[in-house]
Amino acid sequence: MAMTMTQKILAAHCGKDEVKKGQLIMADLDLALGNDVTSPVAIKEFEKAKLSKVFDNKKIALVMDHFTPNKDIKSAEQVKIVREFANKYDIKNFYDVGEMGVEHALLPEKGLVVSGDLVIGADSHTCTYGALGAFSTGVGSTDLAAGMAYGKAWFKVPAAIKFNLYGELKKYVSGKDVILHIIGLIGVDGALYKSMEFVGEGVKSLSMDDRFTICNMAIEAGAKNGIFPVDEKTLEYVKAHSDRRPRIFEADEDAEYDLVIDINLSQIEPTVAFPHLPSNTRTFDQIGDIEIDQVVIGSCTNGRYSDFEIAANILKGKKVKKGVRVLIIPSTQKIYLDILKSGMIEDFIEAGCVVSTPTCGPCLGGHMGILAKGERCVATTNRNFVGRMGHPESQVYLASPAVAAASAIAGKITSPYEII
Amino acid sequence: MKIKGKVIKYGDNIDTDVIIPARYLNTSDPKELAQHCMVDLDPTFVKRVQQGDIMVAGANFGCGSSREHAPIAIKASRIACVIAKSFARIFYRNSINTGLPIIEYDGDIDEADVLEVDFSLGIIKNLTKGKEGSFPPFPEFLQNIINKGGLLGALKEGV
Ligand code: SF4
Repeated sequence: MAMTMTQKILAAHCGKDEVKKGQLIMADLDLALGNDVTSPVAIKEFEKAKLSKVFDNKKIALVMDHFTPNKDIKSAEQVKIVREFANKYDIKNFYDVGEMGVEHALLPEKGLVVSGDLVIGADSHTCTYGALGAFSTGVGSTDLAAGMAYGKAWFKVPAAIKFNLYGELKKYVSGKDVILHIIGLIGVDGALYKSMEFVGEGVKSLSMDDRFTICNMAIEAGAKNGIFPVDEKTLEYVKAHSDRRPRIFEADEDAEYDLVIDINLSQIEPTVAFPHLPSNTRTFDQIGDIEIDQVVIGSCTNGRYSDFEIAANILKGKKVKKGVRVLIIPSTQKIYLDILKSGMIEDFIEAGCVVSTPTCGPCLGGHMGILAKGERCVATTNRNFVGRMGHPESQVYLASPAVAAASAIAGKITSPYEII
Repeated sequence: MKIKGKVIKYGDNIDTDVIIPARYLNTSDPKELAQHCMVDLDPTFVKRVQQGDIMVAGANFGCGSSREHAPIAIKASRIACVIAKSFARIFYRNSINTGLPIIEYDGDIDEADVLEVDFSLGIIKNLTKGKEGSFPPFPEFLQNIINKGGLLGALKEGV
Protein backbone atom coordinates (compact mmCIF):
# COMPACT_ATOMS: atom_id res chain seq x y z
CA MET A 1 0.00 0.00 0.00
CA ALA A 2 1.18 3.52 -0.76
CA MET A 3 2.42 5.54 2.23
CA THR A 4 2.99 9.19 3.12
CA MET A 5 6.47 10.35 4.16
CA THR A 6 5.48 10.23 7.84
CA GLN A 7 4.07 6.73 7.50
CA LYS A 8 7.30 5.53 5.88
CA ILE A 9 9.40 6.83 8.75
CA LEU A 10 7.07 5.20 11.27
CA ALA A 11 7.14 1.88 9.40
CA ALA A 12 10.93 1.90 9.31
CA HIS A 13 11.04 2.43 13.07
CA CYS A 14 8.78 -0.45 14.00
CA GLY A 15 10.29 -3.05 11.71
CA LYS A 16 7.31 -3.23 9.36
CA ASP A 17 7.16 -2.98 5.59
CA GLU A 18 4.06 -0.89 5.77
CA VAL A 19 1.75 0.85 8.21
CA LYS A 20 -1.75 2.22 7.66
CA LYS A 21 -3.48 5.24 9.08
CA GLY A 22 -5.12 4.44 12.40
CA GLN A 23 -2.80 1.50 13.10
CA LEU A 24 -1.17 1.40 16.53
CA ILE A 25 2.53 0.70 16.63
CA MET A 26 5.39 0.55 19.10
CA ALA A 27 8.33 2.35 17.53
CA ASP A 28 12.05 2.74 18.29
CA LEU A 29 13.27 6.22 19.13
CA ASP A 30 16.34 8.01 17.88
CA LEU A 31 15.99 10.69 20.54
CA ALA A 32 13.86 11.50 23.60
CA LEU A 33 13.70 15.12 24.72
CA GLY A 34 12.63 16.79 27.95
CA ASN A 35 12.87 20.30 29.39
CA ASP A 36 13.02 21.83 32.86
CA VAL A 37 9.22 21.69 33.26
CA THR A 38 8.43 18.20 31.97
CA SER A 39 11.58 16.22 32.84
CA PRO A 40 11.18 16.40 36.63
CA VAL A 41 7.77 14.68 36.31
CA ALA A 42 9.24 12.06 33.97
CA ILE A 43 12.16 11.47 36.33
CA LYS A 44 9.72 10.87 39.19
CA GLU A 45 7.89 8.28 37.06
CA PHE A 46 11.22 6.73 36.13
CA GLU A 47 12.18 6.40 39.77
CA LYS A 48 8.75 5.27 40.90
CA ALA A 49 8.94 2.40 38.40
CA LYS A 50 12.30 1.48 39.99
CA LEU A 51 14.08 1.76 36.69
CA SER A 52 17.81 1.79 36.98
CA LYS A 53 19.15 2.40 33.52
CA VAL A 54 18.56 4.50 30.46
CA PHE A 55 18.35 2.90 27.02
CA ASP A 56 21.15 5.03 25.58
CA ASN A 57 22.80 7.94 27.34
CA LYS A 58 23.55 9.58 23.99
CA LYS A 59 19.96 9.52 22.75
CA ILE A 60 18.40 11.58 25.51
CA ALA A 61 18.38 15.37 25.48
CA LEU A 62 17.49 17.34 28.59
CA VAL A 63 17.39 21.07 27.95
CA MET A 64 16.92 23.60 30.73
CA ASP A 65 15.24 26.47 28.94
CA HIS A 66 11.82 27.51 30.24
CA PHE A 67 12.72 29.19 33.52
CA THR A 68 16.48 29.38 33.17
CA PRO A 69 18.66 31.03 34.31
CA ASN A 70 16.37 30.08 37.18
CA LYS A 71 13.90 32.75 38.09
CA ASP A 72 12.98 31.52 41.58
CA ILE A 73 13.57 28.83 44.17
CA LYS A 74 10.91 26.48 42.80
CA SER A 75 12.34 26.48 39.29
CA ALA A 76 15.86 26.07 40.69
CA GLU A 77 14.71 22.96 42.57
CA GLN A 78 13.17 21.52 39.39
CA VAL A 79 16.40 21.98 37.45
CA LYS A 80 18.34 20.44 40.32
CA ILE A 81 16.30 17.24 39.99
CA VAL A 82 17.19 17.05 36.30
CA ARG A 83 20.85 17.94 36.86
CA GLU A 84 21.23 15.14 39.42
CA PHE A 85 19.50 12.66 37.12
CA ALA A 86 21.75 13.68 34.23
CA ASN A 87 24.84 13.22 36.37
CA LYS A 88 23.71 9.88 37.73
CA TYR A 89 23.00 8.40 34.30
CA ASP A 90 25.76 10.26 32.50
CA ILE A 91 23.31 11.87 30.03
CA LYS A 92 25.54 13.25 27.29
CA ASN A 93 23.10 15.85 26.03
CA PHE A 94 22.20 17.65 29.21
CA TYR A 95 22.18 21.38 28.53
CA ASP A 96 22.37 23.69 31.52
CA VAL A 97 23.01 27.42 31.71
CA GLY A 98 26.08 28.29 29.67
CA GLU A 99 25.40 25.68 27.00
CA MET A 100 21.66 25.64 26.79
CA GLY A 101 19.34 27.23 24.30
CA VAL A 102 15.66 27.02 23.51
CA GLU A 103 15.29 23.28 22.96
CA HIS A 104 13.89 23.23 19.44
CA ALA A 105 16.52 25.61 18.13
CA LEU A 106 19.28 23.83 20.03
CA LEU A 107 18.75 20.21 18.96
CA PRO A 108 19.11 20.68 15.19
CA GLU A 109 22.05 23.05 15.75
CA LYS A 110 23.83 20.43 17.88
CA GLY A 111 23.20 17.85 15.17
CA LEU A 112 21.08 15.70 17.49
CA VAL A 113 18.35 15.26 14.89
CA VAL A 114 18.94 14.23 11.28
CA SER A 115 16.65 13.34 8.38
CA GLY A 116 14.69 10.14 8.86
CA ASP A 117 14.88 10.19 12.68
CA LEU A 118 11.99 9.46 14.99
CA VAL A 119 11.95 11.87 17.93
CA ILE A 120 9.60 12.38 20.87
CA GLY A 121 9.71 15.31 23.23
CA ALA A 122 7.74 16.16 26.33
CA ASP A 123 7.01 19.53 24.80
CA SER A 124 4.36 20.24 22.22
CA HIS A 125 6.67 22.09 19.80
CA THR A 126 8.84 19.02 19.29
CA CYS A 127 7.22 18.94 15.84
CA THR A 128 9.87 21.52 14.73
CA TYR A 129 12.31 18.86 13.46
CA GLY A 130 10.00 17.87 10.63
CA ALA A 131 11.91 20.57 8.76
CA LEU A 132 14.81 18.09 8.57
CA GLY A 133 12.62 15.34 7.14
CA ALA A 134 12.32 13.64 10.54
CA PHE A 135 9.19 12.49 12.35
CA SER A 136 8.92 14.32 15.65
CA THR A 137 6.01 14.95 17.98
CA GLY A 138 5.05 16.13 21.46
CA VAL A 139 4.09 13.64 24.19
CA GLY A 140 3.48 13.45 27.96
CA SER A 141 5.91 12.84 30.81
CA THR A 142 5.32 9.08 31.12
CA ASP A 143 6.09 8.76 27.42
CA LEU A 144 9.36 10.53 28.14
CA ALA A 145 10.12 8.28 31.12
CA ALA A 146 9.46 5.18 29.00
CA GLY A 147 11.42 6.68 26.12
CA MET A 148 14.43 7.28 28.36
CA ALA A 149 14.26 3.77 29.83
CA TYR A 150 13.38 1.66 26.80
CA GLY A 151 13.88 3.84 23.74
CA LYS A 152 10.33 3.18 22.62
CA ALA A 153 7.02 5.00 22.20
CA TRP A 154 3.64 4.00 20.87
CA PHE A 155 1.87 5.86 18.09
CA LYS A 156 -1.36 5.83 16.19
CA VAL A 157 -0.31 6.14 12.56
CA PRO A 158 -1.68 9.49 11.34
CA ALA A 159 -3.53 10.38 8.16
CA ALA A 160 -2.14 13.43 6.33
CA ILE A 161 -2.93 16.71 4.67
CA LYS A 162 -0.74 17.65 1.71
CA PHE A 163 0.25 21.29 1.24
CA ASN A 164 1.41 21.84 -2.27
CA LEU A 165 3.65 24.92 -2.23
CA TYR A 166 4.50 26.83 -5.40
CA GLY A 167 5.87 30.24 -6.31
CA GLU A 168 8.37 32.20 -4.23
CA LEU A 169 8.06 34.44 -1.19
CA LYS A 170 8.37 38.21 -1.59
CA LYS A 171 10.97 40.19 0.29
CA TYR A 172 10.07 40.55 4.00
CA VAL A 173 7.66 37.63 3.82
CA SER A 174 8.97 34.54 5.63
CA GLY A 175 8.13 31.08 6.91
CA LYS A 176 6.23 32.69 9.79
CA ASP A 177 3.82 34.36 7.39
CA VAL A 178 3.38 31.08 5.51
CA ILE A 179 2.40 29.10 8.60
CA LEU A 180 0.20 31.88 10.01
CA HIS A 181 -1.53 32.06 6.64
CA ILE A 182 -2.10 28.30 6.66
CA ILE A 183 -3.40 28.21 10.26
CA GLY A 184 -5.72 31.08 9.39
CA LEU A 185 -6.96 29.01 6.49
CA ILE A 186 -7.57 25.66 8.24
CA GLY A 187 -8.07 26.69 11.89
CA VAL A 188 -6.52 25.59 15.17
CA ASP A 189 -7.90 22.07 14.82
CA GLY A 190 -7.71 21.94 11.02
CA ALA A 191 -5.10 19.20 11.10
CA LEU A 192 -6.11 17.43 14.35
CA TYR A 193 -4.27 14.08 14.74
CA LYS A 194 -2.86 14.45 11.23
CA SER A 195 0.48 15.04 9.54
CA MET A 196 1.00 18.23 7.59
CA GLU A 197 3.22 17.30 4.65
CA PHE A 198 4.70 20.26 2.78
CA VAL A 199 5.68 19.47 -0.79
CA GLY A 200 5.89 21.06 -4.24
CA GLU A 201 8.32 23.14 -6.25
CA GLY A 202 7.96 26.05 -3.81
CA VAL A 203 9.83 24.10 -1.11
CA LYS A 204 13.25 24.62 -2.64
CA SER A 205 13.04 28.39 -2.24
CA LEU A 206 12.39 28.12 1.49
CA SER A 207 15.43 28.36 3.77
CA MET A 208 15.95 25.79 6.52
CA ASP A 209 15.02 28.46 9.05
CA ASP A 210 11.73 29.06 7.20
CA ARG A 211 11.04 25.32 7.32
CA PHE A 212 11.82 25.11 11.06
CA THR A 213 9.38 27.95 11.70
CA ILE A 214 6.66 26.33 9.59
CA CYS A 215 6.98 22.90 11.24
CA ASN A 216 7.25 24.49 14.70
CA MET A 217 3.71 25.80 14.42
CA ALA A 218 2.13 22.63 12.95
CA ILE A 219 0.86 21.91 16.48
CA GLU A 220 -1.02 25.22 16.37
CA ALA A 221 -3.20 23.64 13.69
CA GLY A 222 -3.68 20.61 15.96
CA ALA A 223 -1.32 18.46 13.88
CA LYS A 224 0.64 15.52 15.17
CA ASN A 225 3.61 16.53 13.05
CA GLY A 226 4.70 18.71 10.17
CA ILE A 227 7.26 17.48 7.65
CA PHE A 228 9.29 18.61 4.64
CA PRO A 229 10.91 16.42 2.01
CA VAL A 230 14.70 16.13 2.16
CA ASP A 231 16.48 18.17 -0.51
CA GLU A 232 19.96 19.60 -1.06
CA LYS A 233 19.43 22.33 1.51
CA THR A 234 18.46 19.76 4.14
CA LEU A 235 21.46 17.58 3.39
CA GLU A 236 23.79 20.55 3.51
CA TYR A 237 22.37 21.57 6.87
CA VAL A 238 22.67 18.07 8.30
CA LYS A 239 26.23 17.71 7.05
CA ALA A 240 27.24 21.01 8.60
CA HIS A 241 25.78 20.12 11.99
CA SER A 242 26.02 16.37 12.49
CA ASP A 243 28.29 13.40 11.98
CA ARG A 244 25.30 11.12 11.67
CA ARG A 245 24.05 9.91 8.32
CA PRO A 246 20.65 11.19 7.22
CA ARG A 247 18.05 8.69 6.01
CA ILE A 248 15.85 9.86 3.21
CA PHE A 249 12.21 8.84 3.03
CA GLU A 250 9.86 9.94 0.28
CA ALA A 251 6.10 9.79 0.10
CA ASP A 252 4.76 7.38 -2.54
CA GLU A 253 3.29 9.16 -5.52
CA ASP A 254 -0.08 7.56 -4.93
CA ALA A 255 -0.05 8.06 -1.16
CA GLU A 256 -3.47 8.82 0.27
CA TYR A 257 -4.19 12.30 1.69
CA ASP A 258 -7.33 13.42 3.49
CA LEU A 259 -6.98 16.80 1.81
CA VAL A 260 -4.68 18.56 -0.67
CA ILE A 261 -4.27 22.33 -0.36
CA ASP A 262 -2.40 24.48 -2.89
CA ILE A 263 -0.47 27.42 -1.48
CA ASN A 264 0.90 30.12 -3.78
CA LEU A 265 3.89 31.48 -1.86
CA SER A 266 4.15 34.59 -4.02
CA GLN A 267 0.71 35.74 -2.90
CA ILE A 268 1.38 35.53 0.83
CA GLU A 269 1.52 38.91 2.56
CA PRO A 270 2.99 39.81 5.97
CA THR A 271 0.46 38.21 8.34
CA VAL A 272 -0.38 38.85 12.00
CA ALA A 273 -2.36 36.56 14.34
CA PHE A 274 -4.57 38.61 16.64
CA PRO A 275 -5.47 37.60 20.19
CA HIS A 276 -6.35 34.98 21.34
CA LEU A 277 -5.84 32.30 18.72
CA PRO A 278 -3.06 31.65 16.20
CA SER A 279 -5.79 31.17 13.60
CA ASN A 280 -7.13 34.70 14.08
CA THR A 281 -4.98 36.06 11.27
CA ARG A 282 -5.08 39.35 9.37
CA THR A 283 -3.04 41.02 6.68
CA PHE A 284 -2.20 44.73 6.77
CA ASP A 285 -5.20 45.83 4.74
CA GLN A 286 -7.30 44.68 7.73
CA ILE A 287 -5.16 45.88 10.62
CA GLY A 288 -5.43 49.65 11.22
CA ASP A 289 -3.72 51.46 14.11
CA ILE A 290 -2.86 49.22 17.03
CA GLU A 291 -0.44 50.73 19.50
CA ILE A 292 1.91 48.41 21.35
CA ASP A 293 3.88 48.33 24.60
CA GLN A 294 6.35 45.55 23.93
CA VAL A 295 8.07 43.61 21.16
CA VAL A 296 9.67 40.19 21.63
CA ILE A 297 11.95 38.70 18.98
CA GLY A 298 13.00 35.18 19.93
CA SER A 299 11.60 31.72 20.88
CA CYS A 300 11.78 28.32 19.20
CA THR A 301 9.73 29.78 16.34
CA ASN A 302 11.85 32.80 15.34
CA GLY A 303 15.03 33.22 17.37
CA ARG A 304 17.57 32.05 14.81
CA TYR A 305 20.39 33.95 13.10
CA SER A 306 18.42 34.79 9.98
CA ASP A 307 15.55 36.14 12.10
CA PHE A 308 17.87 38.64 13.77
CA GLU A 309 19.48 39.50 10.47
CA ILE A 310 16.08 40.57 9.14
CA ALA A 311 15.31 42.51 12.32
CA ALA A 312 18.73 44.18 12.45
CA ASN A 313 18.38 45.22 8.84
CA ILE A 314 15.25 47.12 9.69
CA LEU A 315 16.39 48.49 13.07
CA LYS A 316 19.97 49.48 12.21
CA GLY A 317 20.50 53.22 12.49
CA LYS A 318 16.95 53.79 13.71
CA LYS A 319 15.42 54.20 17.15
CA VAL A 320 12.79 52.15 18.87
CA LYS A 321 9.65 54.22 19.52
CA LYS A 322 9.78 55.79 22.98
CA GLY A 323 7.67 53.83 25.43
CA VAL A 324 8.04 50.51 23.60
CA ARG A 325 10.16 47.83 25.26
CA VAL A 326 11.97 45.63 22.77
CA LEU A 327 13.47 42.30 23.82
CA ILE A 328 15.92 40.46 21.59
CA ILE A 329 16.40 36.86 22.74
CA PRO A 330 18.72 34.69 20.64
CA SER A 331 17.62 31.07 20.97
CA THR A 332 21.03 29.49 21.54
CA GLN A 333 24.49 30.41 22.78
CA LYS A 334 25.85 29.94 19.26
CA ILE A 335 23.29 32.29 17.77
CA TYR A 336 24.08 34.77 20.54
CA LEU A 337 27.78 34.61 19.70
CA ASP A 338 27.16 34.84 15.97
CA ILE A 339 25.01 37.96 16.26
CA LEU A 340 27.60 39.40 18.63
CA LYS A 341 30.42 38.84 16.12
CA SER A 342 28.36 40.18 13.25
CA GLY A 343 27.86 43.47 15.09
CA MET A 344 24.08 43.07 15.24
CA ILE A 345 23.99 43.30 19.01
CA GLU A 346 25.42 46.80 18.75
CA ASP A 347 22.77 47.69 16.21
CA PHE A 348 20.05 46.42 18.53
CA ILE A 349 21.38 48.17 21.62
CA GLU A 350 21.92 51.44 19.80
CA ALA A 351 18.35 51.26 18.53
CA GLY A 352 17.16 50.92 22.14
CA CYS A 353 16.52 47.17 22.45
CA VAL A 354 17.65 44.87 25.27
CA VAL A 355 19.50 41.68 24.40
CA SER A 356 19.05 38.66 26.66
CA THR A 357 20.76 35.35 27.22
CA PRO A 358 18.84 32.42 25.60
CA THR A 359 15.63 31.48 27.44
CA CYS A 360 11.96 30.71 26.72
CA GLY A 361 11.23 33.50 29.19
CA PRO A 362 8.34 35.67 28.03
CA CYS A 363 7.05 33.21 25.40
CA LEU A 364 5.14 31.27 28.07
CA GLY A 365 4.79 34.15 30.51
CA GLY A 366 7.58 32.61 32.56
CA HIS A 367 9.93 35.52 33.25
CA MET A 368 11.73 38.38 31.44
CA GLY A 369 9.16 40.65 29.90
CA ILE A 370 5.83 39.73 31.46
CA LEU A 371 2.91 41.90 30.35
CA ALA A 372 0.76 44.02 32.69
CA LYS A 373 -3.01 44.29 32.44
CA GLY A 374 -4.16 45.75 29.15
CA GLU A 375 -0.70 45.77 27.53
CA ARG A 376 -0.11 44.70 23.94
CA CYS A 377 2.90 42.86 22.57
CA VAL A 378 4.00 41.94 19.07
CA ALA A 379 5.91 38.66 19.41
CA THR A 380 7.65 36.30 17.02
CA THR A 381 6.56 33.42 19.29
CA ASN A 382 3.87 30.84 18.52
CA ARG A 383 0.96 31.16 20.97
CA ASN A 384 -1.29 34.08 21.80
CA PHE A 385 -3.74 32.36 24.17
CA VAL A 386 -5.35 34.28 27.02
CA GLY A 387 -2.66 35.20 29.55
CA ARG A 388 0.13 33.49 27.60
CA MET A 389 2.62 36.30 28.21
CA GLY A 390 1.35 37.63 31.51
CA HIS A 391 -1.86 39.23 32.72
CA PRO A 392 -5.07 37.54 31.47
CA GLU A 393 -6.12 40.90 30.01
CA SER A 394 -2.89 41.46 28.10
CA GLN A 395 -2.69 40.76 24.37
CA VAL A 396 -0.16 38.98 22.17
CA TYR A 397 0.02 39.53 18.40
CA LEU A 398 2.02 36.87 16.57
CA ALA A 399 4.14 38.03 13.65
CA SER A 400 7.41 37.62 11.74
CA PRO A 401 10.69 39.24 12.81
CA ALA A 402 10.26 41.80 9.99
CA VAL A 403 6.84 42.90 11.27
CA ALA A 404 8.10 42.87 14.86
CA ALA A 405 11.08 45.11 14.02
CA ALA A 406 8.98 47.51 11.96
CA SER A 407 6.43 47.69 14.79
CA ALA A 408 9.20 48.43 17.31
CA ILE A 409 10.14 51.55 15.36
CA ALA A 410 6.61 52.75 14.72
CA GLY A 411 5.18 51.88 18.15
CA LYS A 412 2.21 50.24 16.50
CA ILE A 413 1.68 47.10 14.46
CA THR A 414 3.39 47.96 11.21
CA SER A 415 4.23 46.35 7.90
CA PRO A 416 7.96 46.23 7.07
CA TYR A 417 7.14 47.81 3.70
CA GLU A 418 6.11 50.99 5.49
CA ILE A 419 9.43 51.40 7.26
CA ILE A 420 11.82 50.55 4.46
CA MET B 1 -11.41 -7.53 30.97
CA LYS B 2 -14.94 -6.75 32.14
CA ILE B 3 -16.14 -4.08 34.55
CA LYS B 4 -19.47 -3.00 36.01
CA GLY B 5 -20.15 0.38 37.58
CA LYS B 6 -22.40 3.36 38.15
CA VAL B 7 -22.23 6.43 35.92
CA ILE B 8 -21.10 9.92 36.94
CA LYS B 9 -21.83 12.18 33.99
CA TYR B 10 -20.37 15.49 32.72
CA GLY B 11 -20.63 17.58 29.52
CA ASP B 12 -18.37 18.62 26.62
CA ASN B 13 -14.84 20.10 26.73
CA ILE B 14 -13.93 18.98 30.23
CA ASP B 15 -10.42 20.44 30.38
CA THR B 16 -7.42 19.39 32.45
CA ASP B 17 -7.79 22.50 34.61
CA VAL B 18 -11.22 21.32 35.66
CA ILE B 19 -10.03 17.75 36.23
CA ILE B 20 -7.19 18.91 38.48
CA PRO B 21 -6.71 22.66 38.98
CA ALA B 22 -3.17 24.04 38.60
CA ARG B 23 -3.05 25.14 42.24
CA TYR B 24 -2.85 21.48 43.30
CA LEU B 25 0.01 20.61 40.97
CA ASN B 26 2.66 21.12 43.62
CA THR B 27 2.29 17.44 44.36
CA SER B 28 2.25 14.37 42.19
CA ASP B 29 0.98 12.05 44.92
CA PRO B 30 -2.07 10.30 43.38
CA LYS B 31 -4.02 10.12 46.66
CA GLU B 32 -3.60 13.81 47.29
CA LEU B 33 -4.54 14.68 43.70
CA ALA B 34 -7.68 12.55 44.02
CA GLN B 35 -8.81 14.73 46.91
CA HIS B 36 -9.14 17.68 44.51
CA CYS B 37 -10.36 15.90 41.39
CA MET B 38 -13.15 17.82 39.54
CA VAL B 39 -13.48 20.19 42.48
CA ASP B 40 -14.06 23.41 40.50
CA LEU B 41 -16.85 21.88 38.43
CA ASP B 42 -18.38 19.42 40.89
CA PRO B 43 -17.35 19.71 44.54
CA THR B 44 -19.55 16.68 45.36
CA PHE B 45 -17.51 14.35 43.14
CA VAL B 46 -14.83 13.53 45.68
CA LYS B 47 -17.42 12.64 48.33
CA ARG B 48 -19.75 10.56 46.20
CA VAL B 49 -17.36 8.69 43.90
CA GLN B 50 -17.31 4.95 44.65
CA GLN B 51 -14.80 2.28 43.78
CA GLY B 52 -15.45 1.21 40.17
CA ASP B 53 -17.68 4.11 39.09
CA ILE B 54 -17.62 5.05 35.41
CA MET B 55 -17.10 8.66 34.28
CA VAL B 56 -19.08 9.58 31.16
CA ALA B 57 -18.63 12.84 29.20
CA GLY B 58 -19.15 14.57 25.86
CA ALA B 59 -16.70 15.71 23.19
CA ASN B 60 -13.04 16.73 23.58
CA PHE B 61 -12.51 15.32 27.08
CA GLY B 62 -9.15 16.27 28.61
CA CYS B 63 -8.38 19.25 26.41
CA GLY B 64 -5.86 21.85 27.58
CA SER B 65 -2.44 21.23 29.04
CA SER B 66 -0.43 18.02 28.78
CA ARG B 67 -0.37 17.52 32.57
CA GLU B 68 -0.41 13.85 33.47
CA HIS B 69 -1.82 14.74 36.84
CA ALA B 70 -5.29 14.71 35.20
CA PRO B 71 -5.62 11.01 34.36
CA ILE B 72 -3.68 10.19 37.54
CA ALA B 73 -6.24 12.07 39.64
CA ILE B 74 -9.18 10.33 37.94
CA LYS B 75 -7.61 6.92 38.33
CA ALA B 76 -6.76 7.54 41.97
CA SER B 77 -10.41 8.53 42.52
CA ARG B 78 -11.07 4.83 41.80
CA ILE B 79 -12.91 5.53 38.55
CA ALA B 80 -12.80 2.30 36.54
CA CYS B 81 -13.00 3.88 33.12
CA VAL B 82 -13.86 7.10 31.26
CA ILE B 83 -16.30 7.02 28.35
CA ALA B 84 -16.47 10.13 26.13
CA LYS B 85 -17.55 11.10 22.63
CA SER B 86 -13.95 12.10 21.91
CA PHE B 87 -10.68 12.78 23.72
CA ALA B 88 -7.96 15.40 23.25
CA ARG B 89 -4.84 13.77 21.77
CA ILE B 90 -2.33 14.12 24.61
CA PHE B 91 -4.93 13.20 27.28
CA TYR B 92 -5.65 10.05 25.28
CA ARG B 93 -1.96 9.08 25.35
CA ASN B 94 -1.49 10.02 28.97
CA SER B 95 -4.51 7.94 30.03
CA ILE B 96 -3.26 4.84 28.36
CA ASN B 97 0.27 5.45 29.61
CA THR B 98 -0.86 5.86 33.20
CA GLY B 99 -3.24 2.90 32.98
CA LEU B 100 -6.60 4.67 32.95
CA PRO B 101 -9.00 2.82 30.61
CA ILE B 102 -10.81 5.18 28.22
CA ILE B 103 -13.42 4.52 25.53
CA GLU B 104 -14.63 6.64 22.65
CA TYR B 105 -18.37 6.04 22.57
CA ASP B 106 -21.48 8.10 21.98
CA GLY B 107 -24.54 6.34 23.39
CA ASP B 108 -27.66 6.85 25.47
CA ILE B 109 -26.24 7.07 29.00
CA ASP B 110 -27.52 9.11 31.95
CA GLU B 111 -26.28 9.94 35.42
CA ALA B 112 -26.49 6.96 37.78
CA ASP B 113 -27.12 4.37 35.04
CA VAL B 114 -25.33 1.11 35.67
CA LEU B 115 -23.05 -0.03 32.83
CA GLU B 116 -21.23 -3.23 32.08
CA VAL B 117 -18.19 -2.83 29.85
CA ASP B 118 -16.48 -5.72 28.12
CA PHE B 119 -13.11 -4.44 26.88
CA SER B 120 -12.15 -7.53 24.93
CA LEU B 121 -15.40 -7.71 22.98
CA GLY B 122 -15.88 -3.94 22.80
CA ILE B 123 -19.41 -3.99 24.21
CA ILE B 124 -21.12 -1.54 26.56
CA LYS B 125 -24.35 -2.75 28.18
CA ASN B 126 -26.54 -0.16 29.85
CA LEU B 127 -28.15 -2.42 32.45
CA THR B 128 -30.47 0.35 33.70
CA LYS B 129 -31.86 1.11 30.26
CA GLY B 130 -31.55 -2.39 28.89
CA LYS B 131 -29.59 -1.11 25.86
CA GLU B 132 -26.36 -2.26 24.31
CA GLY B 133 -23.74 -0.64 22.07
CA SER B 134 -20.31 -1.42 20.73
CA PHE B 135 -16.95 0.30 20.47
CA PRO B 136 -13.86 -0.79 18.59
CA PRO B 137 -11.87 -2.92 21.04
CA PHE B 138 -8.37 -1.73 21.92
CA PRO B 139 -5.72 -3.44 19.90
CA GLU B 140 -3.97 -6.09 21.90
CA PHE B 141 -0.91 -4.10 22.78
CA LEU B 142 -2.79 -1.07 24.09
CA GLN B 143 -4.95 -3.38 26.14
CA ASN B 144 -1.78 -4.94 27.42
CA ILE B 145 -0.46 -1.52 28.49
CA ILE B 146 -3.65 -0.86 30.43
CA ASN B 147 -3.65 -4.33 31.98
CA LYS B 148 -0.09 -3.86 33.15
CA GLY B 149 -1.06 -0.63 34.90
CA GLY B 150 0.52 1.69 32.32
CA LEU B 151 3.31 2.07 29.79
CA LEU B 152 6.24 1.56 32.16
CA GLY B 153 4.75 -1.62 33.60
CA ALA B 154 4.10 -3.01 30.14
CA LEU B 155 7.52 -2.17 28.76
CA LYS B 156 9.14 -3.75 31.79
CA GLU B 157 7.66 -7.04 30.69
CA GLY B 158 8.46 -6.34 27.05
CA VAL B 159 5.61 -5.33 24.77
S1 SF4 C 1 10.11 29.18 23.21
FE1 SF4 C 1 7.98 29.09 23.88
S2 SF4 C 1 6.98 27.59 22.59
FE2 SF4 C 1 9.20 27.33 22.35
S3 SF4 C 1 9.75 25.72 23.80
FE3 SF4 C 1 10.01 27.68 24.85
S4 SF4 C 1 8.05 28.07 25.87
FE4 SF4 C 1 7.69 26.46 24.37
